[in-house]
Amino acid sequence: MLEIRDLHVKFHNSNREAVGGVSYTIEDGEIQGLVGESGSGKTVTAMSIAGLLPRKQCSYSGQILLDGMDLLHADRNELRKIHGRHIGVVFQEPMSSMNPLMKVGHQVEEVLLLHTNMTAEERRRKAIETLDQVELNNPEEVYEKYPHELSGGMLQRAMIAAAIIIRPKLLLLDEPTTALDVTIQAQILELLKRLNKEYDASMLFISHNLNVVRKLCTEVAVMQRGLLVEEGKTEQVFYNPQHEYTKRLIAAIPTRNKRKEEC
Amino acid sequence: MKYAARRIAMLLLTMVIVSLLAFVAFDIISGDPATAMLGTQATPEKIEALREEMGLNRPLVVRYGEWLLGFFTGNLGTSYSYKLPVWQLIAPKVGITLCLSVISFLLIVVISIPLGVRSARYAGGRLDGAGTAINQLGMAVPPFFTGILLTWLFSTTLHWFIHGQFPELTKNPAGALKYLLFASVSIAIPRVAMTVRMLKSTILGEMQKNYVRTAISRGNDRKGVLYRHVLKNALVPVVTFLAQTMAEIVAGGIVVEQVFAIPGLGRLLVASIANRDYPVVQAIVVILAFWVVLAGTIADLINQQIDPRLQLGGDA
Repeated sequence: MLEIRDLHVKFHNSNREAVGGVSYTIEDGEIQGLVGESGSGKTVTAMSIAGLLPRKQCSYSGQILLDGMDLLHADRNELRKIHGRHIGVVFQEPMSSMNPLMKVGHQVEEVLLLHTNMTAEERRRKAIETLDQVELNNPEEVYEKYPHELSGGMLQRAMIAAAIIIRPKLLLLDEPTTALDVTIQAQILELLKRLNKEYDASMLFISHNLNVVRKLCTEVAVMQRGLLVEEGKTEQVFYNPQHEYTKRLIAAIPTRNKRKEEC
Repeated sequence: MKYAARRIAMLLLTMVIVSLLAFVAFDIISGDPATAMLGTQATPEKIEALREEMGLNRPLVVRYGEWLLGFFTGNLGTSYSYKLPVWQLIAPKVGITLCLSVISFLLIVVISIPLGVRSARYAGGRLDGAGTAINQLGMAVPPFFTGILLTWLFSTTLHWFIHGQFPELTKNPAGALKYLLFASVSIAIPRVAMTVRMLKSTILGEMQKNYVRTAISRGNDRKGVLYRHVLKNALVPVVTFLAQTMAEIVAGGIVVEQVFAIPGLGRLLVASIANRDYPVVQAIVVILAFWVVLAGTIADLINQQIDPRLQLGGDA
Protein backbone atom coordinates (compact mmCIF):
# COMPACT_ATOMS: atom_id res chain seq x y z
CA MET A 1 0.00 0.00 0.00
CA LEU A 2 2.89 2.38 0.67
CA GLU A 3 5.87 2.09 -1.58
CA ILE A 4 8.99 4.24 -1.40
CA ARG A 5 11.18 4.15 -4.49
CA ASP A 6 14.71 5.47 -4.42
CA LEU A 7 14.01 8.43 -2.14
CA HIS A 8 16.71 11.09 -2.02
CA VAL A 9 16.46 14.18 0.19
CA LYS A 10 19.18 16.78 0.55
CA PHE A 11 18.85 19.97 2.56
CA HIS A 12 20.41 23.04 1.00
CA ASN A 13 22.32 23.90 4.16
CA SER A 14 24.00 20.50 4.40
CA ASN A 15 26.65 18.77 2.30
CA ARG A 16 25.38 15.27 2.92
CA GLU A 17 22.14 13.72 1.72
CA ALA A 18 19.76 13.28 4.66
CA VAL A 19 18.21 10.38 2.80
CA GLY A 20 20.36 8.84 0.11
CA GLY A 21 18.31 6.42 -1.94
CA VAL A 22 15.85 4.56 0.24
CA SER A 23 13.37 2.04 -1.18
CA TYR A 24 10.95 -0.04 0.77
CA THR A 25 7.32 -1.00 1.12
CA ILE A 26 4.73 -1.29 3.83
CA GLU A 27 2.00 -3.84 3.27
CA ASP A 28 -1.61 -3.50 4.39
CA GLY A 29 -2.05 -4.03 8.11
CA GLU A 30 1.66 -4.31 8.77
CA ILE A 31 3.55 -2.62 11.59
CA GLN A 32 6.86 -1.63 10.12
CA GLY A 33 9.63 -0.44 12.40
CA LEU A 34 12.22 2.07 11.28
CA VAL A 35 15.26 2.30 13.54
CA GLY A 36 18.51 4.17 13.53
CA GLU A 37 20.40 6.71 15.59
CA SER A 38 19.66 10.42 15.46
CA GLY A 39 20.65 11.90 12.15
CA SER A 40 20.24 8.59 10.34
CA GLY A 41 17.44 10.00 8.19
CA LYS A 42 14.52 8.11 9.71
CA THR A 43 12.56 11.21 10.67
CA VAL A 44 13.24 12.89 7.33
CA THR A 45 11.88 9.76 5.64
CA ALA A 46 8.75 9.94 7.75
CA MET A 47 8.34 13.67 7.12
CA SER A 48 8.60 13.02 3.38
CA ILE A 49 5.76 10.53 3.65
CA ALA A 50 3.67 12.90 5.74
CA GLY A 51 4.30 15.75 3.32
CA LEU A 52 5.93 17.84 6.04
CA LEU A 53 9.18 18.27 4.17
CA PRO A 54 10.04 21.97 3.81
CA ARG A 55 10.14 21.76 0.02
CA LYS A 56 11.83 25.10 -0.53
CA GLN A 57 14.74 24.23 1.73
CA CYS A 58 15.70 20.94 0.17
CA SER A 59 16.02 19.05 -3.07
CA TYR A 60 14.38 15.65 -3.39
CA SER A 61 13.82 12.90 -5.91
CA GLY A 62 12.27 9.46 -6.13
CA GLN A 63 8.68 8.42 -5.49
CA ILE A 64 6.47 7.83 -2.48
CA LEU A 65 3.40 5.94 -3.65
CA LEU A 66 0.35 5.64 -1.45
CA ASP A 67 -1.99 3.29 -3.29
CA GLY A 68 -0.43 4.44 -6.53
CA MET A 69 -0.47 8.20 -5.89
CA ASP A 70 2.89 9.94 -5.72
CA LEU A 71 2.99 11.98 -2.50
CA LEU A 72 6.46 13.38 -3.03
CA HIS A 73 5.53 15.43 -6.08
CA ALA A 74 1.82 15.99 -5.53
CA ASP A 75 0.75 19.61 -5.25
CA ARG A 76 -0.23 21.12 -1.91
CA ASN A 77 -3.98 21.02 -2.54
CA GLU A 78 -3.87 17.34 -3.45
CA LEU A 79 -1.74 16.58 -0.41
CA ARG A 80 -4.12 18.32 1.97
CA LYS A 81 -6.81 15.81 1.02
CA ILE A 82 -4.44 12.99 1.97
CA HIS A 83 -3.13 14.53 5.21
CA GLY A 84 -5.15 13.47 8.17
CA ARG A 85 -7.65 11.62 5.93
CA HIS A 86 -5.39 8.79 4.72
CA ILE A 87 -2.23 9.41 6.74
CA GLY A 88 -2.37 10.08 10.47
CA VAL A 89 0.72 11.24 12.33
CA VAL A 90 1.64 10.98 15.99
CA PHE A 91 4.65 13.02 17.05
CA GLN A 92 7.27 12.68 19.70
CA GLU A 93 6.36 15.26 22.34
CA PRO A 94 2.63 15.31 22.97
CA MET A 95 2.81 18.47 25.08
CA SER A 96 4.29 20.67 22.38
CA SER A 97 2.53 18.89 19.53
CA MET A 98 -0.86 20.01 20.82
CA ASN A 99 -2.13 23.54 20.50
CA PRO A 100 -1.99 24.81 24.10
CA LEU A 101 -5.03 27.08 23.69
CA MET A 102 -7.43 24.61 22.10
CA LYS A 103 -9.50 22.10 24.01
CA VAL A 104 -8.22 18.56 23.60
CA GLY A 105 -11.58 17.43 22.23
CA HIS A 106 -11.51 20.03 19.48
CA GLN A 107 -8.06 18.91 18.45
CA VAL A 108 -9.10 15.27 18.42
CA GLU A 109 -12.06 16.00 16.13
CA GLU A 110 -10.28 18.50 13.87
CA VAL A 111 -9.68 15.90 11.17
CA LEU A 112 -13.44 15.35 10.96
CA LEU A 113 -13.98 19.08 10.62
CA LEU A 114 -11.49 19.23 7.75
CA HIS A 115 -12.42 16.07 5.86
CA THR A 116 -16.09 15.30 6.51
CA ASN A 117 -19.43 17.10 6.58
CA MET A 118 -20.30 15.92 10.07
CA THR A 119 -22.14 18.34 12.35
CA ALA A 120 -20.54 19.64 15.52
CA GLU A 121 -22.59 17.24 17.63
CA GLU A 122 -21.66 14.22 15.50
CA ARG A 123 -18.01 15.18 15.68
CA ARG A 124 -18.21 15.56 19.42
CA ARG A 125 -19.79 12.14 19.84
CA LYS A 126 -17.20 10.54 17.56
CA ALA A 127 -14.35 12.25 19.43
CA ILE A 128 -15.61 11.02 22.80
CA GLU A 129 -16.05 7.53 21.38
CA THR A 130 -12.46 7.57 20.05
CA LEU A 131 -11.07 8.95 23.33
CA ASP A 132 -12.77 5.98 24.95
CA GLN A 133 -11.16 3.61 22.44
CA VAL A 134 -7.69 4.82 23.35
CA GLU A 135 -8.57 3.90 26.94
CA LEU A 136 -8.87 7.34 28.43
CA ASN A 137 -11.12 7.41 31.49
CA ASN A 138 -13.97 9.94 31.55
CA PRO A 139 -13.70 10.85 27.87
CA GLU A 140 -16.39 13.56 28.25
CA GLU A 141 -14.20 15.33 30.78
CA VAL A 142 -11.02 14.86 28.77
CA TYR A 143 -12.82 16.39 25.79
CA GLU A 144 -13.26 19.66 27.69
CA LYS A 145 -9.70 19.83 29.05
CA TYR A 146 -6.82 21.94 27.79
CA PRO A 147 -3.50 20.15 27.09
CA HIS A 148 -1.78 21.53 30.19
CA GLU A 149 -4.42 19.85 32.36
CA LEU A 150 -3.45 16.34 31.20
CA SER A 151 -0.38 14.19 31.78
CA GLY A 152 2.04 13.29 28.98
CA GLY A 153 0.69 9.75 28.69
CA MET A 154 -2.92 10.94 28.53
CA LEU A 155 -2.01 13.53 25.93
CA GLN A 156 -0.26 10.96 23.77
CA ARG A 157 -3.40 8.80 23.90
CA ALA A 158 -5.39 11.85 22.84
CA MET A 159 -2.91 12.45 20.00
CA ILE A 160 -3.38 8.86 18.89
CA ALA A 161 -7.14 9.33 19.08
CA ALA A 162 -6.82 12.44 16.90
CA ALA A 163 -4.78 10.50 14.35
CA ILE A 164 -7.07 7.45 14.15
CA ILE A 165 -10.48 9.09 14.52
CA ILE A 166 -11.10 8.95 10.77
CA ARG A 167 -9.39 5.53 10.32
CA PRO A 168 -6.53 6.51 8.00
CA LYS A 169 -4.85 3.79 5.95
CA LEU A 170 -1.44 4.63 7.35
CA LEU A 171 -0.38 5.75 10.78
CA LEU A 172 3.03 7.37 11.10
CA LEU A 173 4.41 7.18 14.61
CA ASP A 174 7.49 9.33 15.06
CA GLU A 175 9.05 8.19 18.37
CA PRO A 176 5.64 8.39 20.05
CA THR A 177 6.85 6.84 23.31
CA THR A 178 10.28 8.42 23.67
CA ALA A 179 9.14 11.29 25.85
CA LEU A 180 7.11 9.02 28.16
CA ASP A 181 8.20 6.98 31.14
CA VAL A 182 8.58 3.23 30.84
CA THR A 183 5.26 2.01 32.25
CA ILE A 184 3.29 4.48 30.15
CA GLN A 185 5.42 3.47 27.18
CA ALA A 186 4.38 -0.17 27.58
CA GLN A 187 0.71 0.80 27.82
CA ILE A 188 0.90 2.87 24.66
CA LEU A 189 2.56 0.00 22.79
CA GLU A 190 -0.22 -2.36 23.87
CA LEU A 191 -2.76 0.19 22.69
CA LEU A 192 -1.09 0.48 19.29
CA LYS A 193 -1.02 -3.31 18.90
CA ARG A 194 -4.69 -3.50 19.77
CA LEU A 195 -5.64 -0.75 17.32
CA ASN A 196 -3.63 -2.45 14.59
CA LYS A 197 -5.56 -5.68 15.10
CA GLU A 198 -8.93 -3.99 15.48
CA TYR A 199 -9.01 -2.01 12.32
CA ASP A 200 -6.10 -3.25 10.31
CA ALA A 201 -4.19 0.00 9.96
CA SER A 202 -0.69 -0.03 8.56
CA MET A 203 1.79 1.62 10.86
CA LEU A 204 5.26 2.99 10.42
CA PHE A 205 6.87 3.11 13.82
CA ILE A 206 10.02 5.21 14.05
CA SER A 207 12.25 4.75 17.05
CA HIS A 208 15.82 4.60 18.19
CA ASN A 209 14.76 2.14 20.88
CA LEU A 210 15.23 -1.40 19.54
CA ASN A 211 13.46 -3.03 22.47
CA VAL A 212 10.31 -1.10 21.74
CA VAL A 213 10.48 -1.96 18.07
CA ARG A 214 10.98 -5.60 18.88
CA LYS A 215 7.84 -5.67 21.02
CA LEU A 216 5.64 -3.99 18.47
CA CYS A 217 6.77 -4.48 14.90
CA THR A 218 6.50 -7.42 12.52
CA GLU A 219 8.98 -5.96 10.06
CA VAL A 220 11.92 -3.73 10.74
CA ALA A 221 14.22 -1.56 8.64
CA VAL A 222 17.52 -0.18 9.90
CA MET A 223 18.85 3.15 8.68
CA GLN A 224 22.33 4.56 8.95
CA ARG A 225 23.58 7.82 7.43
CA GLY A 226 20.60 8.18 5.14
CA LEU A 227 20.78 4.64 3.82
CA LEU A 228 18.74 1.54 4.49
CA VAL A 229 21.30 -0.98 5.64
CA GLU A 230 19.07 -3.89 6.57
CA GLU A 231 15.43 -4.89 6.52
CA GLY A 232 13.37 -7.97 7.15
CA LYS A 233 11.17 -9.81 9.65
CA THR A 234 11.83 -8.46 13.13
CA GLU A 235 12.86 -11.78 14.63
CA GLN A 236 15.15 -12.54 11.73
CA VAL A 237 16.91 -9.19 12.00
CA PHE A 238 17.30 -9.51 15.74
CA TYR A 239 18.58 -13.08 15.86
CA ASN A 240 20.59 -13.08 12.71
CA PRO A 241 21.69 -9.54 11.86
CA GLN A 242 23.62 -9.34 8.61
CA HIS A 243 24.96 -5.82 8.62
CA GLU A 244 27.77 -4.70 10.91
CA TYR A 245 25.83 -1.62 12.07
CA THR A 246 22.79 -3.69 13.01
CA LYS A 247 24.99 -6.05 14.99
CA ARG A 248 26.41 -3.15 16.94
CA LEU A 249 22.98 -1.70 17.59
CA ILE A 250 21.72 -5.01 18.93
CA ALA A 251 24.81 -5.53 21.04
CA ALA A 252 24.14 -2.15 22.61
CA ILE A 253 20.71 -3.18 23.95
CA PRO A 254 20.94 -3.45 27.74
CA THR A 255 19.81 -6.88 28.97
CA ARG A 256 19.59 -8.53 32.37
CA ASN A 257 22.50 -10.86 31.67
CA LYS A 258 24.77 -8.12 30.57
CA ARG A 259 24.05 -6.08 33.65
CA LYS A 260 25.03 -9.05 35.80
CA GLU A 261 28.31 -9.36 33.97
CA GLU A 262 29.04 -5.73 34.57
CA CYS A 263 28.41 -6.02 38.29
CA MET B 1 -13.21 35.12 39.30
CA LYS B 2 -10.69 34.81 42.09
CA TYR B 3 -8.05 35.97 39.67
CA ALA B 4 -10.12 38.99 38.65
CA ALA B 5 -10.73 39.97 42.26
CA ARG B 6 -7.03 39.74 43.02
CA ARG B 7 -6.19 41.79 39.97
CA ILE B 8 -8.65 44.53 40.95
CA ALA B 9 -7.28 44.58 44.49
CA MET B 10 -3.82 45.07 42.99
CA LEU B 11 -5.15 47.92 40.88
CA LEU B 12 -6.49 49.71 43.96
CA LEU B 13 -3.23 49.18 45.84
CA THR B 14 -1.26 50.57 42.91
CA MET B 15 -3.50 53.61 42.81
CA VAL B 16 -2.98 54.31 46.51
CA ILE B 17 0.80 54.14 46.01
CA VAL B 18 0.68 56.34 42.91
CA SER B 19 -1.48 58.93 44.65
CA LEU B 20 0.83 58.94 47.65
CA LEU B 21 3.83 59.47 45.40
CA ALA B 22 2.08 62.21 43.47
CA PHE B 23 1.14 63.95 46.70
CA VAL B 24 4.43 63.64 48.55
CA ALA B 25 6.58 64.44 45.52
CA PHE B 26 4.96 67.83 45.04
CA ASP B 27 5.28 68.52 48.71
CA ILE B 28 9.01 67.85 48.65
CA ILE B 29 9.81 69.72 45.44
CA SER B 30 11.13 73.14 46.30
CA GLY B 31 8.95 76.11 45.43
CA ASP B 32 6.26 77.36 47.76
CA PRO B 33 2.87 77.88 46.10
CA ALA B 34 2.08 80.69 48.53
CA THR B 35 5.20 82.56 47.47
CA ALA B 36 4.39 81.94 43.83
CA MET B 37 0.84 83.25 44.21
CA LEU B 38 1.88 86.42 45.95
CA GLY B 39 4.63 87.11 43.47
CA THR B 40 6.34 90.46 43.99
CA GLN B 41 4.05 91.48 46.85
CA ALA B 42 5.34 88.69 49.06
CA THR B 43 6.29 89.57 52.61
CA PRO B 44 7.02 86.89 55.22
CA GLU B 45 3.81 87.79 57.09
CA LYS B 46 1.65 87.63 53.99
CA ILE B 47 3.17 84.29 52.97
CA GLU B 48 2.57 82.87 56.43
CA ALA B 49 -1.03 84.07 56.41
CA LEU B 50 -1.67 82.57 52.98
CA ARG B 51 -0.07 79.27 53.94
CA GLU B 52 -2.38 79.12 56.93
CA GLU B 53 -5.41 79.96 54.75
CA MET B 54 -4.48 77.28 52.16
CA GLY B 55 -3.98 74.69 54.89
CA LEU B 56 -0.34 74.14 53.96
CA ASN B 57 0.77 74.28 57.58
CA ARG B 58 -1.10 71.16 58.60
CA PRO B 59 0.71 67.79 58.76
CA LEU B 60 1.29 65.97 55.46
CA VAL B 61 -0.66 62.87 56.46
CA VAL B 62 -3.79 64.88 57.26
CA ARG B 63 -3.63 66.75 53.97
CA TYR B 64 -3.08 63.50 52.02
CA GLY B 65 -6.01 61.82 53.71
CA GLU B 66 -8.32 64.71 52.96
CA TRP B 67 -7.19 64.88 49.38
CA LEU B 68 -7.61 61.11 48.83
CA LEU B 69 -11.15 61.30 50.20
CA GLY B 70 -11.74 64.14 47.76
CA PHE B 71 -11.50 61.68 44.84
CA PHE B 72 -14.59 59.89 46.09
CA THR B 73 -16.56 62.99 47.09
CA GLY B 74 -15.58 65.10 44.07
CA ASN B 75 -13.83 67.70 46.18
CA LEU B 76 -10.24 67.89 44.97
CA GLY B 77 -9.49 71.31 46.41
CA THR B 78 -9.19 74.63 44.65
CA SER B 79 -6.87 75.54 41.84
CA TYR B 80 -4.31 78.10 42.99
CA SER B 81 -4.18 80.00 39.75
CA TYR B 82 -7.77 79.77 38.48
CA LYS B 83 -9.46 79.98 41.90
CA LEU B 84 -11.91 77.32 40.71
CA PRO B 85 -12.67 73.91 42.19
CA VAL B 86 -10.17 71.50 40.61
CA TRP B 87 -12.86 69.05 39.56
CA GLN B 88 -14.81 71.73 37.73
CA LEU B 89 -11.64 72.72 35.91
CA ILE B 90 -10.65 69.19 34.97
CA ALA B 91 -13.95 67.46 34.16
CA PRO B 92 -14.53 68.85 30.62
CA LYS B 93 -10.88 68.25 29.73
CA VAL B 94 -11.01 64.65 30.94
CA GLY B 95 -13.77 64.07 28.40
CA ILE B 96 -11.72 65.53 25.56
CA THR B 97 -8.56 63.59 26.40
CA LEU B 98 -10.58 60.42 26.92
CA CYS B 99 -12.10 60.81 23.45
CA LEU B 100 -8.69 61.49 21.93
CA SER B 101 -7.17 58.41 23.57
CA VAL B 102 -10.07 56.11 22.74
CA ILE B 103 -10.16 57.18 19.09
CA SER B 104 -6.39 56.71 18.80
CA PHE B 105 -6.59 53.30 20.46
CA LEU B 106 -9.45 52.12 18.23
CA LEU B 107 -7.54 53.26 15.15
CA ILE B 108 -4.49 51.31 16.30
CA VAL B 109 -6.42 48.11 16.99
CA VAL B 110 -8.64 48.22 13.91
CA ILE B 111 -5.77 48.93 11.53
CA SER B 112 -2.84 47.04 13.00
CA ILE B 113 -4.38 43.63 13.74
CA PRO B 114 -5.64 42.84 10.23
CA LEU B 115 -2.50 44.42 8.77
CA GLY B 116 -0.21 42.42 11.07
CA VAL B 117 -1.95 39.14 10.19
CA ARG B 118 -1.67 39.94 6.47
CA SER B 119 1.97 40.89 6.65
CA ALA B 120 2.69 37.60 8.41
CA ARG B 121 0.74 35.67 5.77
CA TYR B 122 2.64 37.26 2.93
CA ALA B 123 6.02 37.35 4.69
CA GLY B 124 8.76 36.62 2.19
CA GLY B 125 6.47 37.64 -0.67
CA ARG B 126 7.02 40.35 -3.26
CA LEU B 127 5.50 43.16 -1.20
CA ASP B 128 7.21 42.15 2.03
CA GLY B 129 10.22 44.42 1.52
CA ALA B 130 8.08 47.44 0.68
CA GLY B 131 5.87 46.74 3.69
CA THR B 132 8.87 46.61 6.00
CA ALA B 133 10.20 49.90 4.61
CA ILE B 134 6.85 51.67 5.10
CA ASN B 135 6.68 50.18 8.56
CA GLN B 136 10.12 51.55 9.48
CA LEU B 137 9.11 54.96 8.23
CA GLY B 138 5.90 54.88 10.25
CA MET B 139 7.81 54.01 13.39
CA ALA B 140 10.42 56.69 12.83
CA VAL B 141 8.05 59.65 12.42
CA PRO B 142 7.21 61.28 15.77
CA PRO B 143 3.54 62.19 16.36
CA PHE B 144 4.22 65.93 16.74
CA PHE B 145 5.76 66.01 13.27
CA THR B 146 2.88 64.16 11.57
CA GLY B 147 0.66 66.47 13.61
CA ILE B 148 2.25 69.53 12.01
CA LEU B 149 1.98 67.97 8.54
CA LEU B 150 -1.68 67.02 9.05
CA THR B 151 -2.48 70.51 10.34
CA TRP B 152 -0.87 72.07 7.32
CA LEU B 153 -2.63 69.72 4.91
CA PHE B 154 -6.12 69.49 6.38
CA SER B 155 -6.42 72.84 8.15
CA THR B 156 -4.24 75.39 6.35
CA THR B 157 -4.69 73.97 2.85
CA LEU B 158 -7.94 72.00 2.73
CA HIS B 159 -9.79 73.78 5.58
CA TRP B 160 -11.38 70.54 6.85
CA PHE B 161 -10.96 71.83 10.37
CA ILE B 162 -9.98 75.18 11.79
CA HIS B 163 -6.81 74.91 13.82
CA GLY B 164 -7.18 76.50 17.24
CA GLN B 165 -10.98 76.51 17.20
CA PHE B 166 -11.89 73.32 18.98
CA PRO B 167 -15.70 72.88 19.01
CA GLU B 168 -17.15 72.22 22.43
CA LEU B 169 -17.61 68.50 22.99
CA THR B 170 -21.11 68.80 24.44
CA LYS B 171 -22.45 71.34 21.93
CA ASN B 172 -20.93 70.05 18.71
CA PRO B 173 -19.81 66.47 19.29
CA ALA B 174 -19.45 65.63 15.58
CA GLY B 175 -17.22 68.62 14.96
CA ALA B 176 -15.14 67.91 18.05
CA LEU B 177 -14.66 64.27 17.09
CA LYS B 178 -13.65 65.27 13.57
CA TYR B 179 -11.09 67.65 15.05
CA LEU B 180 -9.80 64.91 17.37
CA LEU B 181 -9.58 62.40 14.52
CA PHE B 182 -6.69 64.26 12.91
CA ALA B 183 -4.79 64.34 16.18
CA SER B 184 -5.56 60.62 16.70
CA VAL B 185 -4.09 59.73 13.33
CA SER B 186 -0.79 61.36 14.22
CA ILE B 187 -0.72 59.54 17.55
CA ALA B 188 -1.71 56.22 15.96
CA ILE B 189 0.76 56.01 13.06
CA PRO B 190 3.93 54.98 14.94
CA ARG B 191 2.01 52.66 17.29
CA VAL B 192 0.28 50.98 14.34
CA ALA B 193 3.68 50.38 12.78
CA MET B 194 5.02 48.88 16.01
CA THR B 195 1.98 46.68 16.60
CA VAL B 196 2.06 45.37 13.02
CA ARG B 197 5.72 44.47 13.34
CA MET B 198 5.19 42.83 16.69
CA LEU B 199 2.17 40.81 15.55
CA LYS B 200 4.01 39.71 12.42
CA SER B 201 7.06 38.49 14.30
CA THR B 202 4.94 36.77 16.96
CA ILE B 203 2.91 34.94 14.31
CA LEU B 204 6.05 33.90 12.42
CA GLY B 205 7.55 32.67 15.69
CA GLU B 206 4.44 30.64 16.50
CA MET B 207 4.55 29.13 13.00
CA GLN B 208 7.79 27.35 13.95
CA LYS B 209 6.16 25.52 16.84
CA ASN B 210 5.38 21.82 16.92
CA TYR B 211 1.61 22.19 17.13
CA VAL B 212 1.67 23.90 13.73
CA ARG B 213 3.29 20.78 12.27
CA THR B 214 0.50 18.72 13.83
CA ALA B 215 -2.11 21.03 12.34
CA ILE B 216 -0.57 20.68 8.88
CA SER B 217 -0.42 16.90 9.24
CA ARG B 218 -4.20 16.92 9.75
CA GLY B 219 -4.70 18.62 6.40
CA ASN B 220 -5.08 22.26 7.41
CA ASP B 221 -4.26 24.82 4.76
CA ARG B 222 -2.32 27.99 5.56
CA LYS B 223 -5.50 29.86 6.44
CA GLY B 224 -6.68 27.09 8.77
CA VAL B 225 -3.33 26.97 10.52
CA LEU B 226 -3.26 30.74 10.91
CA TYR B 227 -6.81 31.45 12.02
CA ARG B 228 -7.70 28.28 13.89
CA HIS B 229 -4.38 27.70 15.63
CA VAL B 230 -1.74 30.39 15.47
CA LEU B 231 -3.65 33.64 15.84
CA LYS B 232 -4.98 32.95 19.31
CA ASN B 233 -1.51 31.93 20.48
CA ALA B 234 -0.01 35.10 19.02
CA LEU B 235 -2.53 37.42 20.65
CA VAL B 236 -1.37 37.21 24.26
CA PRO B 237 1.81 39.28 23.86
CA VAL B 238 -0.01 41.65 21.52
CA VAL B 239 -2.73 42.37 24.09
CA THR B 240 -0.03 43.18 26.65
CA PHE B 241 1.66 45.40 24.11
CA LEU B 242 -1.61 47.21 23.41
CA ALA B 243 -1.96 47.99 27.10
CA GLN B 244 1.48 49.61 27.00
CA THR B 245 0.29 51.44 23.92
CA MET B 246 -2.54 52.89 25.98
CA ALA B 247 0.06 54.40 28.32
CA GLU B 248 2.04 55.71 25.36
CA ILE B 249 -1.06 57.33 23.89
CA VAL B 250 -1.63 59.23 27.10
CA ALA B 251 1.97 60.43 27.23
CA GLY B 252 2.11 61.21 23.51
CA GLY B 253 -1.25 62.95 23.75
CA ILE B 254 0.22 65.69 25.93
CA VAL B 255 2.46 66.81 23.08
CA VAL B 256 -0.11 66.29 20.35
CA GLU B 257 -2.68 68.36 22.25
CA GLN B 258 -0.19 71.20 22.14
CA VAL B 259 0.37 70.81 18.40
CA PHE B 260 -3.35 70.73 17.58
CA ALA B 261 -4.31 73.27 20.26
CA ILE B 262 -6.75 70.82 21.83
CA PRO B 263 -7.90 72.01 25.28
CA GLY B 264 -7.37 68.62 26.92
CA LEU B 265 -5.71 67.39 30.07
CA GLY B 266 -2.26 67.57 28.51
CA ARG B 267 -2.38 71.31 27.92
CA LEU B 268 -3.83 71.94 31.35
CA LEU B 269 -1.09 69.79 32.87
CA VAL B 270 1.69 71.68 31.13
CA ALA B 271 0.18 75.05 32.11
CA SER B 272 -0.38 73.95 35.71
CA ILE B 273 3.17 72.69 36.14
CA ALA B 274 4.43 76.07 34.92
CA ASN B 275 2.17 77.86 37.46
CA ARG B 276 3.00 75.48 40.32
CA ASP B 277 -0.73 74.80 40.55
CA TYR B 278 -0.20 71.63 42.56
CA PRO B 279 -3.81 70.61 43.25
CA VAL B 280 -4.47 70.51 39.50
CA VAL B 281 -1.20 68.72 38.69
CA GLN B 282 -1.75 66.09 41.37
CA ALA B 283 -5.27 65.37 40.22
CA ILE B 284 -4.22 65.03 36.59
CA VAL B 285 -1.27 62.78 37.46
CA VAL B 286 -3.56 60.46 39.41
CA ILE B 287 -6.17 60.39 36.64
CA LEU B 288 -3.56 59.56 33.99
CA ALA B 289 -2.00 56.91 36.22
CA PHE B 290 -5.40 55.36 36.82
CA TRP B 291 -5.99 55.24 33.07
CA VAL B 292 -2.68 53.43 32.50
CA VAL B 293 -3.08 50.97 35.37
CA LEU B 294 -6.66 50.25 34.31
CA ALA B 295 -5.46 49.42 30.77
CA GLY B 296 -2.92 46.98 32.22
CA THR B 297 -5.53 45.32 34.39
CA ILE B 298 -7.97 44.95 31.52
CA ALA B 299 -5.20 43.46 29.35
CA ASP B 300 -4.40 40.90 32.05
CA LEU B 301 -8.04 39.94 32.38
CA ILE B 302 -8.39 39.53 28.60
CA ASN B 303 -5.20 37.45 28.40
CA GLN B 304 -6.44 35.23 31.14
CA GLN B 305 -9.55 34.56 29.05
CA ILE B 306 -7.44 33.77 25.97
CA ASP B 307 -4.91 31.53 27.72
CA PRO B 308 -6.28 29.22 30.44
CA ARG B 309 -2.73 28.49 31.59
CA LEU B 310 -2.48 32.01 33.02
CA GLN B 311 -5.06 31.11 35.64
CA LEU B 312 -2.43 28.95 37.26
CA GLY B 313 0.11 31.76 37.15
CA GLY B 314 -2.42 34.05 38.80
CA ASP B 315 -2.22 32.12 42.05
CA ALA B 316 1.47 32.82 42.49
